[in-house]
This record gives sequence, C-alpha cells and structure tokens, in this order.
Amino acid sequence: MSSTEGVKDEWPLYEVFVRGKRGLNHVHVGSLHAADDRMALTHARDLYTRRNEGVSIWVVRSDHIAASTRDEKDPFFAPSADKVYRHPTFYDIPDDVPHI
Amino acid sequence: MTKTDSASSAAGSTDPRLDGHDEQDLEQHFDATIARDQRIEPRDWMPDGYRKTLIRQIAQHAHSEIIGMQPEGEWITRAPSLRRKAILFAKVQDEAGHGLYLYSAAETLGADRADLTQRLIEGRQKYSSIFNYPTLSFADVGVIGWFVDGAAICNQVPLCRSSYGPYARAMVRICKEESFHQRQGYELLMTMMRGTDAQREMVQDAVDRWWWPSLMMFGPPDDASPNSAQSMAWKIKRHSNDELRRRFVDMTVPQAEKLGVTLPDPELRWNAERGHHDFGTPDWSELQRVIKGDGPCNAQRMERRRSAHEEGAWVREAASAYAAKQSRRAREGAA
Repeated sequence: MSSTEGVKDEWPLYEVFVRGKRGLNHVHVGSLHAADDRMALTHARDLYTRRNEGVSIWVVRSDHIAASTRDEKDPFFAPSADKVYRHPTFYDIPDDVPHI
Repeated sequence: MTKTDSASSAAGSTDPRLDGHDEQDLEQHFDATIARDQRIEPRDWMPDGYRKTLIRQIAQHAHSEIIGMQPEGEWITRAPSLRRKAILFAKVQDEAGHGLYLYSAAETLGADRADLTQRLIEGRQKYSSIFNYPTLSFADVGVIGWFVDGAAICNQVPLCRSSYGPYARAMVRICKEESFHQRQGYELLMTMMRGTDAQREMVQDAVDRWWWPSLMMFGPPDDASPNSAQSMAWKIKRHSNDELRRRFVDMTVPQAEKLGVTLPDPELRWNAERGHHDFGTPDWSELQRVIKGDGPCNAQRMERRRSAHEEGAWVREAASAYAAKQSRRAREGAA
C-alpha cells in the first residue's frame, strides 16, 4: 500500500450517508476507504455512528457519483433563477382573503 | 466530500476549464465568499496557497490524532478497573475516528490518503509535539484528558467556523467528542485526589510534567508564527496562538483550584486590571527541539506507527484480494 512498495491497489473511497432517525433523510457525513461494500458499511458504522448517530447507513463508491460541475458561472442552475412565478410570494392576494 | 470533488478540485488553477474565465474573477469571487463569512466547498475555485495551507494543517491535525492514540493506548491493558478500561478504549477509538474524519476532509482537497500516511511515516509531515512526551503513571491518562484535550477544545471550537466547509464540519463532530475526553480525564483525577497521599502525589507529578508541554500545543508565540496572519485572513484560523493560550490558562486555573493541584508556574497570578491571568513563558527552545524530532518519545512514536503500517500490510492486501475475488465471482455468476 505504501508508495515505496510499488503500485498496489488502494482500497477505494466510499461516501457515507447516515439516516439520523426515522423520518429524516440520509445525510452525507463523510468518506472512508474500504476493500468492498460490506467492509465499507462496517467501517461506516464504527466511524460515523459510535454514539447512536444513525439508524441506517448508505455507502456508495465515490467514483460512482455523478456531480454537477463546480463552476459558479455554470449555466446548469440558470433555468431556476429567472422563474419567480414558481414562488408563492410572486402572487398578490388581498389581505382579507382567508387561508391562502 | 466526494472523490469527484477531490479529483476535479485537485487540478486547482491549472484546470483547463479555467480557460473561459478570468482567474482574477475567480479570485474575487473566492475573496467575496470569505468576506461574507460563507464556506468554501471542495469544488470551488481556491488559490493554491489556500489549498496547500489547508492540506498541511488538516494532515498535521489528522496525524496528531493518530499518533495521539499511543501515549494513552499504552495504559489500556493496565487500567485499574474494567470501567476505566472501557472508557480508555472508547477514548482511544475516538482518536482514531478523529484522524479518519480529518483525512477524509483532506482528501476533498485532492490529497491522497496513502500519500499522507507515507509522509507521516517518512517524517515529511509533522504531528503535535505533545504526543512525544511519555505517560509515566495512570494519572497521566487523567491529565492528558484534562490538559491536552482541554487545549484541543480551545483550539478546535473556533475551527468549527473555519472557512473550509469539510474541515469545519469535521471539527463539529470532533468537538462534541472531545468534551467526553476532557470530562473523563478530570473525573479520573478527582477520583485519585480523593484517594491516598501517594495517589495525590501521582496527580501533582503528572500535572507538573504536562503543564508546559500543554501550553506549547498552541504553537510558537505570535511574533514567531509567520504563517498565522495569512491563515487568519483566509479564516482558516480564527484566533492567534497567544490568544488561545491565554484562554486555556484562564479556563484551567479555576479547575486546578477545585481539584487541589498546583500549576507549576511561579509567575501565574490573576491580573484584575486585564481580567486575565498573567503567566510565565514556556521554554520555546524545548518546543523547537521536540518539533525537530528530539523529544523524549519521537523515535518510539514514529517506529510504532511505521511498524503498525507495515505489519498491517498483509491484512490490507488480503482484503483487496478477497474483494477482487468476490467481484470476479459475481461477474462470472451473472454471465
């Protein structure tokens, strides 16, 4: 595993997602290295839930995640920027109309 | 915190996708994000210096947690009761966990885990000087929890607001756990102080040995810490070394009084005018010596880390071989 011993396969990187309790989504908590999925789950339990932080864990190989690009100027999110009519506050309703 | 994050951000300013943009624009955007007190995330553009400083600081912090398992780990088999043994186990396991959270944060900046380990083992990256001192009695376990983890809390609570998101989030988790470390140490010492004269002497002896090295944990004095100003401008660091050291002293003095021990500093006294304690100057030449490798346990700590890595190699290889076999079988079964 050391760089001086020549190239050996590193354990791949996994991203870890934990459901804190029932009723909540899984949330990304960090990453770890493991040889396979089962080891990744066991390590994730030992590393990220030592104090009842979770009731369910997902692990996924980091290189299996597709992500949007990092560029702030990327037009990827542009379509949502100019559609104010998608928000309830866009619409003027008289104050005396109840429950709306 | 994904590999996709690390892979793309690792390229830094040499990223070909920069071509379309002015680097000055990106830098302005980065500066504005810092000025607004918002977090920098892995996939954001960042100056090379910011990335390098963070990798160095996070790696050094991670190495410290990993090496930090050794001084206390030596007492696991000799803990005086099952209760103390279970607590110490949990604490040492936390230190490993803290190291791993931090390595994970460093990897979001493009650092490679195996490379970081190698740098530690070859002595090319440092860890905290405090772990190069020996643990001579069980009271040392208590004093480490009280002083060393107490100092770590002083250092780390402000880092929960560090400008780099993954580092700040790792610090939040770590700080929650450090509180257990400090309290178990103080409770251990309270128990010993209620014991025999010999036990009280052990506590005082441990306090005498650990006090000055603990003050050195905050690093050299501000006028001798050339990188601090840039780190503070980038909001990687939030307070200066001397400021954090003062806080630690103010926090610890009343705890020492309650415990009934004397802190080994004849210059230590309350300064009503300033509203803080005055205290003596640590022996900075000792800090330099220990950092350069000439502390009481440097060689031992490094040797232990190196042999653990080498002796574990066959386990890592066997696990990889098993994973490869399982996935080959799964593929053949599917075909």
